[in-house]
Amino acid sequence: MSATFTAFRALVRKDIALFLRDRRALVISVLTPILVAAFFGSLFAPVSGGNSIARMKVGVADLDQSALTKAVLESLTQDASLDVQVLPEDQAKELVRSGKLRAAIVFPNGFEPAATGALLGIGQMPDVKLLYDPSQSMIRPMVAGLLSQHVMQRLSRPNFIGNSKPIPFNVDSIAVTAGPRYNSYSHSFAGMSIQFILLMGIDAGIALLLMRQEGMWRRLRAAPLSRAVLLGSRVTGTTLIAMAILAVVYLVARLIFNVRIEGSVLGFALVAAAFALLAATTGLMIASIGGSVGATRAVATLLVLILVMLGGAWVPSFLFPEWLQHLTEFVPTRWAVDGLDNTTWRGLPLEYGLKPAAILVGWSALFALIAVWRFNWEDD
Amino acid sequence: MNLIADRLQKKFGAITAVADVSFTAEPGKILGLLGPNGAGKSTTISMLAGLTTPDSGRVRIDGAILGTGADPTKRKLGLVTQEIALLEELPARMNLEFFGGLYGLSGPALGARIAAVLELTSLSDRARDPPSTFSGGMRRRLNIACALLHEPQILLLDEPTVGVDPQSRNAIFETIEALAGQGRTVVYTTHYMEEVERLCDRIVIVDHGRVLADDTLEALLASAPVGNKLTLKYDGAPDSAALAEIRTLPGVVQVNLVGTEMSVSANDLGTAAPRVLERLAARGFSCQELTSRRANLEDVFLGLTGRTLRDT
Repeated sequence: MSATFTAFRALVRKDIALFLRDRRALVISVLTPILVAAFFGSLFAPVSGGNSIARMKVGVADLDQSALTKAVLESLTQDASLDVQVLPEDQAKELVRSGKLRAAIVFPNGFEPAATGALLGIGQMPDVKLLYDPSQSMIRPMVAGLLSQHVMQRLSRPNFIGNSKPIPFNVDSIAVTAGPRYNSYSHSFAGMSIQFILLMGIDAGIALLLMRQEGMWRRLRAAPLSRAVLLGSRVTGTTLIAMAILAVVYLVARLIFNVRIEGSVLGFALVAAAFALLAATTGLMIASIGGSVGATRAVATLLVLILVMLGGAWVPSFLFPEWLQHLTEFVPTRWAVDGLDNTTWRGLPLEYGLKPAAILVGWSALFALIAVWRFNWEDD
Repeated sequence: MNLIADRLQKKFGAITAVADVSFTAEPGKILGLLGPNGAGKSTTISMLAGLTTPDSGRVRIDGAILGTGADPTKRKLGLVTQEIALLEELPARMNLEFFGGLYGLSGPALGARIAAVLELTSLSDRARDPPSTFSGGMRRRLNIACALLHEPQILLLDEPTVGVDPQSRNAIFETIEALAGQGRTVVYTTHYMEEVERLCDRIVIVDHGRVLADDTLEALLASAPVGNKLTLKYDGAPDSAALAEIRTLPGVVQVNLVGTEMSVSANDLGTAAPRVLERLAARGFSCQELTSRRANLEDVFLGLTGRTLRDT
């Protein structure tokens, strides 16, 4: 065994031994992503563990009390995506204002004759009020669409307007995922693992700054070791630790939250390894350009939070505005989140893991080059 | 194995840390690098250890020029840093395994070396304990042990006794003397003159990055401007007329008064001391305390720079 390899191994073992020695930090670094991911996952979990989306609470005030509005109300009540409460208009308005209802529909007096007449081209169209919470603007078009669907279905029946045709299609909603059902914890575990492992990488970089302050770095440099060995062993140790944390977090996710790798296992492993490398090189880059420990930690934490936010770890990137979705293709964490999503709940094959992994390795190489370029070798 | 510092120079920006340092350290001898804080000792040690590239000049080890990075010549060097560079939470043995590994040691060879350095530094019974549970002196000794694992022929010690109690300091001195006795070349930096007087065969005095003197202790003391120093304490401070008279006495070289304490430098204490006491008594000053000592490195440094080591 060559002396260089022995030294490299000693350096990597030292980093791992120090990480394992601090039991409290070890538990926190594994437990934190699990707890936060569990919380976020539960927010977006399907109700009753099925494939249905959460039922929206909607109020209906029927001022018309006609056969048509009663029929529409019956139809709305049977809709699996709505939780309908029949209320007086004022109460419905108050409940929307207080956030207890997502929206409220108010059928005006005289709705039935006006609506049937308008459908046949006679008279004015009636005005249906749709009261909604402006903080949840996505709700308005959803409820408006559902209302139109149910009104048209009822109006098109023979007892209202004779022999007109019903709406010429039915909507059959099918959740498109790889597995038997979507697991909201899959995305939250991907996002939170990435956030906390990136923070761990920063901690590894900060530890390097502390080593310089405390004289350990001088001692290491006194040994006949090249820069490649000194920095390479640091990256290797941090990468292995990051991979181990990812493995434990996903094991817990599998056992407790039923998060499965529905796609390529190899693709998942490649994305995980590439992201672990990215976390290690990010930390090394921070250590190479950082000044004091306090200032570096503050700037690095801000950087990580921005990377994580833009990477879609908190909110899936498909919810971003289109321009931001394009912009975040230049953010490495976006590829880490997408790569893990692709290979877990989306159930996609190897190539959907390969591309993100390759891009992450590219970013890691760039960060490593910056670290080597900027690293201050002599001034301790 | 000779270690030669050959006209070393190093600047950091506009600051000249080492202006011109040359000396030779020889096998079996302890060379003391003495100077006040900021004299350039640690920068010199950094260049001797291959941590810092000199702006000019070179370090030679048995004729080979020392480089930085992975230069195999560095295997001949053991560096004990001023800071205690240990993995505080890992057991002493794991610290030694780690530092041995850096020099390519593994398996039974590493185990044997660990046992040897633990024995040398009297830490065998604490091998399983982490340094965070050690006293300051024990941590210093472990710090030294880590630098000895690969059996370096040249040992560089950068102020290795900072913050150590007298008992542990003596233990460290004995270890260093034992290493020199085995034929190793030792370079020892400190700003404590008592340490170099006790330990070193040759002393290099540095200040402002330059070598001011390089000789044995005896030769340096012989070069001191005065041979002896007399210190007298009085109830009341002698007046200026008394001081002027003392300065004119035969054998008296220098007189200083700080508060009620007068120090008199003289080459011949036997001639000067009775006359000083007699003249001051005649002027009505009653001496409460009298001490005398031979010249030391402090006086040598004072003679060379006009300042004391502690002033700087």
